[in-house]
Amino acid sequence: MPPSLARPIPETADRDAPAVRVRNFTRRFGQTVVLNDLNIDIGRGEFVALLGRSGSGKTTLLRTLAGLDSAGGQDVTTPATRAVVFQDARLLPWKRVWRNVALGLSGADARARAEAALEEVGLGHRLEVWPSTLSGGESQRASLARALVREPGLLLLDEPFAALDALTRIRMHDLVLSLWRKHAPAVLLVTHDVDEAISLADRVLVLDAGAIAAEEKITLPRPRESNAEFRAIRNRLLGHLGVEAPRAAPVEGALIAFPSGEIVA
Amino acid sequence: MSLTTADRKPIELRLPRFALSNARWLSPVLLLLLWELGSRSGVIPPRILAAPSTVLGALWELTASGELPANLVVSLARAAAGLGIGLVVGTVLALVAGLSKVGETAVDPLMQIKRTIPSLALTPLFIVWFGIGEAPKITLIAVATVFPIYLNLFSGIRAVDVRLIEAARSFGLSQVQQIIHVILPGALPSFLVGLRYAMGVALLVLVVAEQINASAGLGHLINNARDFMRTDIIVVCLLVYAALGLAADLIVRSLEQHALAWRPSFIKS
Repeated sequence: MPPSLARPIPETADRDAPAVRVRNFTRRFGQTVVLNDLNIDIGRGEFVALLGRSGSGKTTLLRTLAGLDSAGGQDVTTPATRAVVFQDARLLPWKRVWRNVALGLSGADARARAEAALEEVGLGHRLEVWPSTLSGGESQRASLARALVREPGLLLLDEPFAALDALTRIRMHDLVLSLWRKHAPAVLLVTHDVDEAISLADRVLVLDAGAIAAEEKITLPRPRESNAEFRAIRNRLLGHLGVEAPRAAPVEGALIAFPSGEIVA
Repeated sequence: MSLTTADRKPIELRLPRFALSNARWLSPVLLLLLWELGSRSGVIPPRILAAPSTVLGALWELTASGELPANLVVSLARAAAGLGIGLVVGTVLALVAGLSKVGETAVDPLMQIKRTIPSLALTPLFIVWFGIGEAPKITLIAVATVFPIYLNLFSGIRAVDVRLIEAARSFGLSQVQQIIHVILPGALPSFLVGLRYAMGVALLVLVVAEQINASAGLGHLINNARDFMRTDIIVVCLLVYAALGLAADLIVRSLEQHALAWRPSFIKS
């Protein structure tokens, strides 16, 4: 294990304490300040989306919370069990799908747990295949199963849908929401896609120049349609991201709404 | 007359289809026939090169008498012993250098220096050290095979996708688990390339090493045949060396098919 990971929450911690607590966190690479005096809380079971342009520090924050980068002894608290779903599924090509999901699990029931997780994401019929035979969507579902089988207190999603086609992405959104409801981990979703953030998250944060520039609580009932309030939130968020909001609201009922809300970086 | 060519049949080239144009076996067979003819007509004297039929006869004779199998076993044992030692040493050194920076600093310069010395050039030194028994032959093969194993495994370990290692780390795998589940399987394809190469090198060095005053083995057989100008036996031994090379390749290929079954090229749809 790498030294000085983010501190896990002690067993005796207050039940009301947030799952993730970051206080005055600063991260530099050489002269560049990537994260600047950052404060973030994520409640237990809360779904938070993090928006930001490239270079805003999103990835650095995610890597710190995942324990991939050292927190350097600063005030960062996370649940003891964390799991990441990366943009590229990162399945080990030399292990069959169920073994990828069971990676690092111990105990006689490892296989049964992996199978159950794969059933949950709809891959119960592909337990024994090699990862190279999976489609992009299937790979991401396997990767999701691999994360959830650990029953993480914090699920970190690093643009997991960015490389998927639009239809697969919609299905993945539904899947993630249903899995989140069932397992109730705290979720941090890093994304470029404003619409995705609004339709999934309880709260959307905008990261800019290493600090939280804006916060939107989304109280719309799920599943979320692109109604007037949705669009108002989107326009505010786009504004925070430095994208000019559209002058007129898109035509109601149009199949494709422009702008799509996607920030190309 | 229509100017369109849409419904015009393509012009068939009425050249005779030369069925033998793909017969790759033809030229070797012709060569053998010429060789046989040359031998029978006396153009190629037996002391220069025995006829193919004579070679076949010698092969049968040597096999039936048990002389060839016995010497083959001796040669194989030599190659296997040398390759085995080279394999173990090369693997250990590659693991040490590949898995730690300190190891690389300590091991890699020595290996690069070793690489600059042609292994066969060490023959006189090994004869001085170990005499003319089995030891110098096996040592020579071992020394020569260490490097291909080392180099390929080392670079294979270093070329493992860091993103996969990172993913394993994010799931809390210990360093040992990362090595077992990610790094070693990831380096296996390179290792097998090294193994295939090392087998070829082992065979090559075997041929040379067996010329060192061998009292058994294929080299011994060749040396004896040379003394009696039995070109048929010499050719038989050459054929056996070729067969060994082919067998070594087949072994690694089947190893690859089993160990690298996950590779898209091996997956049967």
